[in-house]
Amino acid sequence: MIDILLSVLILTGAIFTFIGSLGLARLADFYTRLHGPTKATTLGVGCLLIASALYFSMHDEGVSLHEVLVTLFLFITAPVSAHLLAKAALHLKVRSIAAMPPDNDAPAD
Amino acid sequence: MRRLLPHPLLSVTLAFLWLLLVNQLSAGHVVLGALLGWLIPFATSRFWPEQIRIRHPLTLLRFLGVFVIDIVRGSFQVAYLILRGPTRLRPVFVAVPLALRSDLAISLLANTISLTPGTVSANLSADKRTLIVHTLDTGDAAALVAEIKQRYETPLKKIFEQED
Repeated sequence: MIDILLSVLILTGAIFTFIGSLGLARLADFYTRLHGPTKATTLGVGCLLIASALYFSMHDEGVSLHEVLVTLFLFITAPVSAHLLAKAALHLKVRSIAAMPPDNDAPAD
Repeated sequence: MRRLLPHPLLSVTLAFLWLLLVNQLSAGHVVLGALLGWLIPFATSRFWPEQIRIRHPLTLLRFLGVFVIDIVRGSFQVAYLILRGPTRLRPVFVAVPLALRSDLAISLLANTISLTPGTVSANLSADKRTLIVHTLDTGDAAALVAEIKQRYETPLKKIFEQED
């Protein structure tokens, strides 16, 4: 029973991670590509980590909570790097499908 | 009190993190974790200019619930958009006017926007009043801004900023 649950979680995680990577490869410009790895992956990695926590909690003695930390650090670092990538791209005026936003803090040079 | 324990919330979090890192609950590690939680805030006090206070713990819990639901919902949406084909996307940059003023609340809002699928926060204006958000596919930019403000900003403002 629990094995089925674990398999479903791992499969779901793998599928979402795959779709995220597919987005990275297929989408048209830098900004939309940014969505693939930061997004679909969030749920993908989430599923994998839940499966891992469940598995090791049942097979070793004691509860395994390392996965909570992985989730926490991932959730802290992923949006920051995505934000910096997007900010740098805006600064360099990387080609975009969407209309560029007004440049309201243009550098003084 | 303030000088002995500058950031009680941070101390508790650090002690808890230590216990998670060692992955076991023994008296020795509880003491060590408490010691680390007490000392590290002194070493990093420059990073924490503001005193952090959580004013509505229940609102925070509800906010986390909404956040998790939105991640799941948004993941399916983004997966569908990617599989449907990239040519039919309508990506847009929207400017979200911020009502939040504290740095912590603004960074939490930006992180929340980036983590919920479909939107990435791309730039914060120099005066910290506008957040530029890139969205993967939207038909109605104004509705998206209204949703971000109502779903995420309002609870964050209530939790971290509102005086009552």
